[in-house]
Amino acid sequence: MNPGNYTILLVDDDQDYLFQLKSKIEHFGFKTITAEGQKEAEELLEKTRPDLAILDLMMENEDSGFILCYKMKKRYPDVPIIIATGVAAETGITFDINDENNRKWIKADRFLDKGIRSERLKEEIENLLLKNNR
Amino acid sequence: MSTLKILVVDDEPGIRSGISRILRNFRVDYPFMDEAFDFEVIEAPTGEIGIEIIETNQPDILLLDNKLPGIQGIEVLEYIKKKQKSIIVVMITSYASLELAVKATSDGAYDFIPKPFTPQELKSSIENITKRVFLKKMTNKLQDSGKQIRFTFLSVLSHELKAPLNAIEGYLKMIQERQNGSKIEDYDVMINRSLDRIKGMRSLILDLLDLTRVESGKAKRNIAATDLSAVARTAMDTMRPYAIQRDVKLNLHHNGPVFMQADAEEMEIIFNNLISNAIKYNKDGGTVDFTIEQQDGCMNICVVDTGIGMTPLEIDSIFDDFVRIKNDKTKNITGSGLGLSIVKKLIENNAGKIEVSSVPDQGSIFNVRLPIDKPCS
Repeated sequence: MNPGNYTILLVDDDQDYLFQLKSKIEHFGFKTITAEGQKEAEELLEKTRPDLAILDLMMENEDSGFILCYKMKKRYPDVPIIIATGVAAETGITFDINDENNRKWIKADRFLDKGIRSERLKEEIENLLLKNNR
Repeated sequence: MSTLKILVVDDEPGIRSGISRILRNFRVDYPFMDEAFDFEVIEAPTGEIGIEIIETNQPDILLLDNKLPGIQGIEVLEYIKKKQKSIIVVMITSYASLELAVKATSDGAYDFIPKPFTPQELKSSIENITKRVFLKKMTNKLQDSGKQIRFTFLSVLSHELKAPLNAIEGYLKMIQERQNGSKIEDYDVMINRSLDRIKGMRSLILDLLDLTRVESGKAKRNIAATDLSAVARTAMDTMRPYAIQRDVKLNLHHNGPVFMQADAEEMEIIFNNLISNAIKYNKDGGTVDFTIEQQDGCMNICVVDTGIGMTPLEIDSIFDDFVRIKNDKTKNITGSGLGLSIVKKLIENNAGKIEVSSVPDQGSIFNVRLPIDKPCS
């Protein structure tokens, strides 16, 4: 696959995390667009259709990531979404994101921990993009 | 299939029965929901009856006319807010009064339907609300099943402490991997951002120390005759560098020394926080007026800024731990979210009171009343 053909949307309200994620993803060779919150991301999505999105969970509100995910899936049902969260470890959220019931309403394709290693992240992105191309 | 209860409070029987008819066979179903929703409409001709039904019947959605024969719609809204009912309120109003709209929205109304409305307008509003109810129910379900998002002090604290560490660690790794090549100046942004995050973390730790001091009550309080104007001047000097950066003018108003029995350090913490907020949430070139005056055995301290202001909804939460107002105007402002919570606790320890009024885009006024020797009325 040629990563240069894919644009990945990154949304996070921590500008440092966003910067670091962006540089990581661009290092893999992908193109990126970024937004610092749900609202900004929605505006971006009006004009652009990314090939994949990585969303933070807690932004303007504690559930911004879910809402954004829902709205995005409605507009672009085929674009895979990764919800990256540090929530599990930090705030005591313990709900199992791989649980079937929970996944049914949160339409994200993958839930990943923010501390994920670079190579794993790259694999996950490539898998989702390939699955989508099939 | 789930049924949502909709309470219609309107004195016009035609409107009530119309809504009942429109929603009788209406159904909301989205692919992302595991179930469809239909609606049961309950009617009330007055606000008083409406409140009774709210208490006995727990409706999910309230369609509320403002002009009612007895108490007004806005009072019903206030009741719901006071009792912290989780009902989504839509105002139906015949004349779109901007003032009412602002008031109702700040009191928690979710939407407006202008009267007269078409069945389609009503349906699309109900559709939106249903989505919201659905998401809310999902969140509640998670919480009920023990899978709760616990925003306890410690968990949020650990989040607030970890976020800057993660950011700094991320930058250090990027530098370690020489991601931008071998020239050190190509890492300036990362280094500066790391330093900023360290600064933020330091101020969080300082705030935490203040908070522990307040909450443990262990620290010896050093109550003595204290000239508040001198304390205010010290606080202003501390904050002046930030004010200069933002080109914000700091003015102190008082008539000669203003003495009261107080712990000077506590007063300084209060003043520092109020002044620093008045600068941070100001506009470039704005002003901060700090006034101290004695009145009826009380010390009145008033801090007025010309900043971005707050909505009534935002004001409601600013004294809670770790609350920071998040919007476009505040996104570049840093803070621990503890300052005002500390201020409030300190003022209450001194038998005083703090009040806030604010107008978005015009500024905020923080009013502190402290008893000089006994609690103020």
